[in-house]
Amino acid sequence: MAEFLINTVGLPDWLAWTVTAMVAAALILNVIAGGALVFIWAERKIAGRIQDRLGPTRTGGKFGWLQSLADGIKLLAKEDLMPDGADGMLFRLAPYVSFCASFCAFIALPFAFDFVGQRMNVGVFFVIAVLGLEVFGVILAGYASASKWSLFGAMREAAQVVSYEVPLGMCVVVPVMLAGSMDLVTIAEKQAGWLTNWYLFHDPFTFVIFWVYVTCAVASVNRAPFDLAEAESELVAGFHTEYSGLRWSYFFMAEYGSMFLVSALAALLFLGGWNGPVPVASLLGLSEGTGDTAGYFVRLLGMANLLGKATLGVLIMMWIRWTLPRLRIDQVMMTCLKYCTPIAAAMFLGAMLWQVALPGGLVPALRRPAGEIREGWLPGPGGAFALPSADAGKVAKVNP
Amino acid sequence: MAQMLDDDPRIIEFDVRTDEMLVNMGPQHPSTHGVLRLVLRTDGEVVSEVEPHIGYLHRCAEKIGENLTHRQWIPYTDRMDYLAAMNMNLGWALAVEKLMKYQVSEKARHLRVLITELNRIASHLVGMGAYGLDLGTFSPFLYAFREREKILDLFEEACGARLTYSYITVGGLTADLPAGWLAKCEAFLEQFEPIIKEYHALLTTNAIFVKRTANIGVMSRELAIEYGCSGPVLRGSGVDQDMRRDGEAIYTAMYDGYAFEVAVMKNGHYPRDHDYPAVPADAVLGDCWHRFFVRMLEVVQSMDLVRQAMDRYSACKGPLGEPLKLTEKMPAGDAYLETECPKGQMGFYLVSDGSAIPWRVRARSSSFSNLAVAHELCRGCLIADVPAIVGSLDIVMGEIDR
Repeated sequence: MAEFLINTVGLPDWLAWTVTAMVAAALILNVIAGGALVFIWAERKIAGRIQDRLGPTRTGGKFGWLQSLADGIKLLAKEDLMPDGADGMLFRLAPYVSFCASFCAFIALPFAFDFVGQRMNVGVFFVIAVLGLEVFGVILAGYASASKWSLFGAMREAAQVVSYEVPLGMCVVVPVMLAGSMDLVTIAEKQAGWLTNWYLFHDPFTFVIFWVYVTCAVASVNRAPFDLAEAESELVAGFHTEYSGLRWSYFFMAEYGSMFLVSALAALLFLGGWNGPVPVASLLGLSEGTGDTAGYFVRLLGMANLLGKATLGVLIMMWIRWTLPRLRIDQVMMTCLKYCTPIAAAMFLGAMLWQVALPGGLVPALRRPAGEIREGWLPGPGGAFALPSADAGKVAKVNP
Repeated sequence: MAQMLDDDPRIIEFDVRTDEMLVNMGPQHPSTHGVLRLVLRTDGEVVSEVEPHIGYLHRCAEKIGENLTHRQWIPYTDRMDYLAAMNMNLGWALAVEKLMKYQVSEKARHLRVLITELNRIASHLVGMGAYGLDLGTFSPFLYAFREREKILDLFEEACGARLTYSYITVGGLTADLPAGWLAKCEAFLEQFEPIIKEYHALLTTNAIFVKRTANIGVMSRELAIEYGCSGPVLRGSGVDQDMRRDGEAIYTAMYDGYAFEVAVMKNGHYPRDHDYPAVPADAVLGDCWHRFFVRMLEVVQSMDLVRQAMDRYSACKGPLGEPLKLTEKMPAGDAYLETECPKGQMGFYLVSDGSAIPWRVRARSSSFSNLAVAHELCRGCLIADVPAIVGSLDIVMGEIDR
């Protein structure tokens, strides 16, 4: 798009790039926010069905599909309250910190080959690091609310999320090690082909570590049974007790954004990314790397694949939430320190040894030969934040 | 000692104790079951003291009772334990009947058993579902309410009300069952029976549930007796006492010929151990898990009793009998009677000066005594355990404050 603006429209370089960046940012922001609304609606529907009721049925017609929008309007119209003793600036700032952290991480998240806001050679690192910032918003909210319940929620969140970052990091390192790259596009690319190429089925260690990742991911985005920061039966509403209206909805959006993010990350790292279980496109002789219509179509198909996997992850999180009771804070910490961390460490070690001993896997015939992997994934000349190739710039405008 | 440490500036830097915080849990709090206010003294997540404050729902029911005739006060008993209003009605009706030495018809007796046991199921369902909520799982609550709704439908058909029935009254019941009611009740029991397995899967045997309840809030036998606990809370601690079996003659006569086993752990096992989930290894007699489990067993026990009562009721040929007149005079004297309500032993005391209006009315609430023990149980637990413990006591504020 930037090339188009420079060459055809004749804008100066800086303006063209700024406009491109803004369009891409707006797309990411709105698509993810829209996605969050869909997930909020889905959660209500799923919770309803799980609980033998219908969920929303009236707003917007048949399935109550406008419910989230109606909720949004309600939240906009609500009085924006701030407790007297609250630290005004931090209180106002906190929701945006959470929201920005959750949504910023999507910049580096590829939805299909080259459908990525900003391809980075440290993509995994970026996503995990930025997602980790979300906790600051929660802590700020709890601290600034001048409410004891909020403070409890914030302290729990701080303890929990910081602890779970450790095993989460270890789980993420395994696919990074297998792919030999921190670039999410590369990691997903390496899993192209049949189902057996997915890192989930790479070796027994990755299979186990995937479940550790799922546990840690659920814990790090504060979903049940690890939703201690907002445990409504103990802490009223935890860190967002004192929030109302739009500020509260920012926390909500951040939560759903993060849920989708960790699910997408699971799909990219372990479940083949945008590659389906059967390589339909390559069986048909199509390649996603080409700039023509066929390549574009294959990429769209890949995007649907990834969104499907990520959505499935989100749905499973919802299912868990509406089924299980909540753990206690000491049990949550114990799960992390006594189970997740040692298991993740052992599996990391195991996967490493496996790589050394059996680099081709147990049945080498099942694995795709290394030479088939496109070389384009190598870090570009731009260094750490390599710019995407020319055709990637064109598809940036359809980036979700 | 702590004061001295605080005062001495040389020692204070070695004092690692953090500041204690007083937190108000309630009266507006999601898991305080109404308008209970708990003042927690916490050190971080650890609770050092829990002090229940009550009185937010006080409605002077006892004083009102001294201005109304015995039958006119029945609706006020509805509003005590509003989750088991039938049992409340029965308690008061029996206390008055005890004073008047009145005997209801055989048919009324069986109908009373049928109705109160059905209400016991409804009450335990709420207790179970709300306990799930206290532990952070929402769905069992709705599954419980779904079934309770069917019981309320049955009650509605019998007496026209869904919550405050005033169905059982002094001298009998206000009306007989409508035609076809028994078949509907049987159909309900049929479909309800397998659902109990679901509850066991979602709560009783759920690993997280067991982790949250086993060995939490352990109440010894002695403590339970000292604090005057009753009902499932008492039986959860292994005390074999059930007013339906051990109560006064006028009450136990109601259950004459009924076969039921008190749900209490004896010799290391529950009476229905064979077809029920085994007690988890972590659970200690008297903990939250046992209190919960006793309720689950009582649901099945009550289903049995309902079935027996239906058989006996339909076998009764005679009329149901009319309840006493609103202005029927009571003999001078006093009477006290405790009945086994779902939450525990509910006692009614009345003194009569010979008129139809009692001279003094007093209610002894089981939830009140059961709640009193909370501050013993919550000493040194975590904040998350407070709702778990208070929830396992299954209190109803309407009954505590009256």
